[in-house]
Amino acid sequence: MAKPVVSLNQVTIRFAGDSGDGMQLTGDRFTMDTASLGNDLSTLPNYPAEIRAPQGTLPGVSSFQLHFADHHVQTPGDAPDILVAMNPAALKANIKDLKRGATIIVDKDEFTNRNLTKVGYPGNPLDDGSLDSYKVHAVPLTSLTVAALSQLTLSRKEAERSKNMFALGLLTWMYHRPTESTENFLKTKFAKKPDILEANLLAYRTGWNYGETTEDFSVSYEIAPAKMPAGQYRNISGNTAMAYGLIAASQRSGLQLFLGSYPITPASDILHELSKHKKFGVITFQAEDEIAAIGSALGAAYGGALGITTTSGPGVALKSEMIGLGVMLELPLIIIDVQRGGPSTGLPTKTEQADLLQAMFGRNGESPVAVIAPSSPSDCFAIAVEAARIATTYRVPVFILSDGYVANGSEPWKIPEVDSLPDLHVEFAKSQEDFKPYLRDTKTLARPWAIPGTKGIEHRIGGLEKADVTGDISYDAANHDLMVRARAAKVAGIEVPNLVVDDPTGEADVLLLGWGSTYGPIASAVELLRANGEHIAQAHLRYINPFPKNLGDVLKKYSKVIVPEMNLGQLSMLLRAQYLKDVIGYNMVRGLPFTTTEIVEATMEVLHG
Amino acid sequence: MADLTLTKKDFTSDQEVKWCPGCGDYSILSTMQSYLPELGIERENIVFISGIGCSSRFPYYLDTFGMHSIHGRAPTIATGLAISRPDLTVFVITGDGDSLSIGGNHLIHSLRRNIEIKILLFNNRIYGLTKGQYSPTSEQGKVTKSTPLGSLDTPFNPISLALGAEASFVARTVDSDRKHLTETLRAATAHKGSALIEIYQNCPIFNDGAFDIVKDSETKGGALLQLIHGQPIKSDTHGLVHAGASLKVVELNSVPESDLVVHDAHNPDPAYAFALSRLSASELDHVPIGVFRDVERSGYGSLVNNQVADIIAKQGAGDLHTLLTSGDTWKVD
Repeated sequence: MAKPVVSLNQVTIRFAGDSGDGMQLTGDRFTMDTASLGNDLSTLPNYPAEIRAPQGTLPGVSSFQLHFADHHVQTPGDAPDILVAMNPAALKANIKDLKRGATIIVDKDEFTNRNLTKVGYPGNPLDDGSLDSYKVHAVPLTSLTVAALSQLTLSRKEAERSKNMFALGLLTWMYHRPTESTENFLKTKFAKKPDILEANLLAYRTGWNYGETTEDFSVSYEIAPAKMPAGQYRNISGNTAMAYGLIAASQRSGLQLFLGSYPITPASDILHELSKHKKFGVITFQAEDEIAAIGSALGAAYGGALGITTTSGPGVALKSEMIGLGVMLELPLIIIDVQRGGPSTGLPTKTEQADLLQAMFGRNGESPVAVIAPSSPSDCFAIAVEAARIATTYRVPVFILSDGYVANGSEPWKIPEVDSLPDLHVEFAKSQEDFKPYLRDTKTLARPWAIPGTKGIEHRIGGLEKADVTGDISYDAANHDLMVRARAAKVAGIEVPNLVVDDPTGEADVLLLGWGSTYGPIASAVELLRANGEHIAQAHLRYINPFPKNLGDVLKKYSKVIVPEMNLGQLSMLLRAQYLKDVIGYNMVRGLPFTTTEIVEATMEVLHG
Repeated sequence: MADLTLTKKDFTSDQEVKWCPGCGDYSILSTMQSYLPELGIERENIVFISGIGCSSRFPYYLDTFGMHSIHGRAPTIATGLAISRPDLTVFVITGDGDSLSIGGNHLIHSLRRNIEIKILLFNNRIYGLTKGQYSPTSEQGKVTKSTPLGSLDTPFNPISLALGAEASFVARTVDSDRKHLTETLRAATAHKGSALIEIYQNCPIFNDGAFDIVKDSETKGGALLQLIHGQPIKSDTHGLVHAGASLKVVELNSVPESDLVVHDAHNPDPAYAFALSRLSASELDHVPIGVFRDVERSGYGSLVNNQVADIIAKQGAGDLHTLLTSGDTWKVD
């Protein structure tokens, strides 16, 4: 008899296991299968900084959370409805995040005395009643996988490695996900290792069949596709979207893309992705250090390329002096900071927004740069294109403040038509008599982009203060004052769109104002608050330097402005300083994005005391 | 085609030169300005990039493209420019503090990659612009403003360092010897990859006379061991012979000429050039001068650009729409 199928609106699943268990891959595959089914979704990978932390320990737990639904999804979900825990450590590290009544699937085989002791369980939670308020499926994942693969000539250890595919197969059955794309993925990935391919496929199908046949799983679930605007979609992570956006900017400007980068978590994937696309004329240069990375990008920009460097906070610290040179030379340069927990080495694999003031002010002297921030994984594409527009139009370094959450998280993306992307064509200075390298454009205040190879405009530039117009070295007091103000005015005058406020009733008195990756949790909280009858306005800053021109008026309009940030109040500080508005900061630095619930509660506190 | 009618004047900028009177930089600048017309490259296709220090003011005085950048980082900027603009001829102007102290990392990495840049290292064995502290090439025991009891540091030998960093072209010359400096520039610009030229340069204010032994007409003949490819290595009084795995300086009249080492700048084994570089320790009593090593190795920029060209030749130029729609996609109607 066919098992009953229950329809759900949304589900949040967390896959958790040892960092060697392949949980990120498992999560990625489930995500791709879910995306292709047309659900809206949002993901949150969460893993330790160590490549292989000691096996079976709490610090070694790696997890991947996925929220998918038949409606618009803004966040990876607060609390998982279902936890897949591949060992006792994964259970212990994650159970506190579950709601009572949630479903837990564990690999029973891993709940040995030794493994339980390793993470400090006094007894076996599968037997001692401590999990009574959850729906627990204790599946002997390891032994079932090994048994299924017994016909193959694999060692037990090799066979065990496919248990993540067993788990994926089981979940794929439970949630009616299609299997073709994962099977195709495995066939490509293990094309050169046929025995490993066979093991993975067999484990995957055995997991699926296990759900279909055993009585332990009595129901399965389906989640209808979400209603999304018409178009072609793909699932995309922030770092991939950023790389694509940079390539798009290169194509739309006709400028060669030059990336100078030094590997650093969580930014390296942009380097990896761009290095695959050399047929776009892309040059990726893995430099000897962070300074050489940005130096090479600035050198390429001087030569007329789209110069880019990618890094995280510690790398920004090292690049500061070169960014200052970029400000002085007034050359286009894009600095992508995928923020992580700081200070110092901090939390390499965790997210944070605490580099905002570093981006704004972390250089000697008056050294203004443009600062923009993507609000979601797919927005990284548009923000990269926008960074190129600002950098090349105004001849200025532009900071993109991404972070670990948007960089590694993913969501469906409506693929834009190439023709709809902005035309970024730029004009270099032409051969001319009596060339003035620091003669500014009257509208943008940009100086000419005067690249070597252009006859008759040979000139010298450098980090010493420039004389207005001529660009000669100048130690003149009045000239320095003039130039400092000119550089500031140029950045302040960058044209950015006005801030859009979402205030459907017009009756809201309280504004939730965020920037960067907090968009999802804030938007999700606003939906919930409104569903509960609250009047609340929302606005989100993609442009931080300069701020949108109407920001002051927006702040004035609302009696209370709540600013959630994953730092101790850096945007709040800027808003107070520039607009004398005493905004209310809501700040957390736990290495994880805000949950919707946290923002709802913080807002309710402001609304009702 | 290059305009070969250019003269020294065409390469001289309108900026007033501001080095101290008697500085060795003047003669290097003048020699460079005289040499550039011979190179046969249009001014707009030549770029000088410098770091920080007295020597790094050099680009301001040449009417080419130029950038006076930040301390120690000139090789990084030059690297990005040289890779992305293989049509340009890129010089790096640096000093012993700039390239061997704060910028040491970039120097060695640009040499090992064999970036198509010509690095002129003005070695005056002192910090001039910051007014007289010891540098990474100052001799041990040197008394300076920051080492009143004598420097404790073991100095770098720039030639040995460059060879250890896999440099494909390494040479040494002297600021005041215009002929030798010109010949060395000629050899360096003819070389395809990175070239490092150490130029002994006198600082008359903070380290005057540091190189007198190799400059004074009375002593230099005996002190300078001439490195001329295919010729026996010798000075006026001394010559070089093999001594086991190493090299030894002997008086010329103590051995037959046929025993002298014949210089081979193209010797693939860097140990030979390294052994030569070890002959001039701090004392400068026997200083090899000329091209230590000049071997062919693919330039990094050409490798990078070939990789791009190859993939385009094989797969065609990238198409943005194809990229954006690659992988698993789905349609919503």
